Amino acid sequence: MSSAWITTRAWLLMLPLLIVMVAVVGWPMVDTVRLSFTDTRLVGTGGEFVGFANYTKLLTSRAFLGALENTALFAVFSVAAEMTLGVLAALLLDQQFRGRAFVRALMILPWALPTVVNAMLWRLIYNPEYGALNSLLTQLGILSEYRSWLGEPGAALWAIVAADCWKNFPLVALIALAALQAVPRDIKAAAIVDDAGPFARFRFVLWPYLAGPLTIALVLRTIEAFKVFDIIWVMTRGGPVNSTRTLSILVYQEAFSFQRAGSGASLALIVTLIVTVFAAFYIAMMRRSGSRA
Amino acid sequence: MERRSLAASIFVYGAALVMSLVILAPVVWLFLMSISSSADLSARPLHWWPQEIDLSRYGELVSLVSNSAGEAFLASLRNSLFVSGLATCGALLVAIPSAWAVSRTPRVQWSLYGVIATYMLPPVSLAVPLYMGLAHLGLLNTITGLALVYLTILAPFATWLLKTGFDTIPQEIESAAMIDGARLDQTMRLVTLPLAAPVLATTALFAFLLAWDEFFYALLFTADQRAKTVTVAIADLAGGRVSDYGLIATGGILAALPPVLIGLIMQRAVISGLTTGGVKG
Repeated sequence: MSSAWITTRAWLLMLPLLIVMVAVVGWPMVDTVRLSFTDTRLVGTGGEFVGFANYTKLLTSRAFLGALENTALFAVFSVAAEMTLGVLAALLLDQQFRGRAFVRALMILPWALPTVVNAMLWRLIYNPEYGALNSLLTQLGILSEYRSWLGEPGAALWAIVAADCWKNFPLVALIALAALQAVPRDIKAAAIVDDAGPFARFRFVLWPYLAGPLTIALVLRTIEAFKVFDIIWVMTRGGPVNSTRTLSILVYQEAFSFQRAGSGASLALIVTLIVTVFAAFYIAMMRRSGSRA
Repeated sequence: MERRSLAASIFVYGAALVMSLVILAPVVWLFLMSISSSADLSARPLHWWPQEIDLSRYGELVSLVSNSAGEAFLASLRNSLFVSGLATCGALLVAIPSAWAVSRTPRVQWSLYGVIATYMLPPVSLAVPLYMGLAHLGLLNTITGLALVYLTILAPFATWLLKTGFDTIPQEIESAAMIDGARLDQTMRLVTLPLAAPVLATTALFAFLLAWDEFFYALLFTADQRAKTVTVAIADLAGGRVSDYGLIATGGILAALPPVLIGLIMQRAVISGLTTGGVKG
């Protein structure tokens, strides 16, 4: 078989995928760019070219800056907590103890629980009148009065971060555990014989194996966190007083609640750009630090 | 790690216990809420253990009485099953040939990165044109339309996972079949795909779970019982005027049951899938 034919055949085999991707991703993406320069309404009226008007209006609006801040806070804190707890959980599961297989199986539970069910579950737990958290904290004597965890602008975002963390740290733990189990046993044992302290053991024995998989997990979790929509929509819909309104929620409101498709499209593109920049930045940064380790 | 001091052992067991409690408590509480009476759930402080077991909400949500809450909920479960199944089949159909082609032809590998990059796109960036397009085709609020949209997520995901799987199957086995005169489609059917069966199963499983979990597009593109999926039904329950928290919890249990059972039964496949390239967000 000639190599030209092999290449042609590969493209032919990929044709169905490429057609589908152009139809459901390529074309919508291009159309979003076009819409972002117009004042199109969702129902199809309008559609005049307005240049960069949508962009300039959005980038200076308080709604956008607030949503950007909320998104950044959510992403930084939920991802940091998930990575830390995930690695700690993996270090624990890497130890020998009775019931280890059971605890490891438990880690699948939050991961398999649908995101929306997780959000609904925590919304019930945080309920201001009958929620389990209020009841528990009061019974333990930690809290004297029931609080509205999702109703206070200062608390809601952190309550959501905690709920997100509960669902996602086990995923990081499973990834980190797989990496830890790839460390050869005799290397782990040698470090103990050499009397290396726990931090030295983590840094020089385990970390070289963890760095790669954790970098991938970190990048993917960060991207997911920047796109966050589901958990916030179900728990607070962006409230109270927009204190949990993230970028994706803002796009939804702009394009679908207010039916401003043009302005929603430009906002969506700004979000896309931010996600892309973050992904590229992280990958570049981690690659550099990875080669030094 | 072979020999451990008593203090270290106590620490390990203590930490394992705390972690198990942290993971189990919310899920167990969800289940307890679903079988507690409304009186138990509105007590202050709460009755952590139901005074009597009340299974009536399961009957309420799994009911075929027309125009009941149960009929609507069952319809949403059925829609989720159909949409996820259809989208998974569609994704595999386009992903199998392309994943194989990319795996065997290094020269076209770059195209795969383009496809995977789309996986990173926020759904909001495609939502408006997809909405207008579906409306134009009359596919809003249909199972087919939603399954089509899910290909934006499932097709790149499945291609990537299958490609890593095909990479582990030695090319020599295929060459041997070809030399014996097998055509490409015969080689695929008789040699490659049977060898790739575990990867195919893992991919189908992940794709299905991904679709079952999807909420954003379902919220936008479905409106009523004809296509509304279970994630939207749950959000409606949680955000609506339902005052019986036990009923909301029951909906959650029923929606979580399929993916949780699949996850626990196919634990090994899940863990290997999570750690070899495919990470579900």
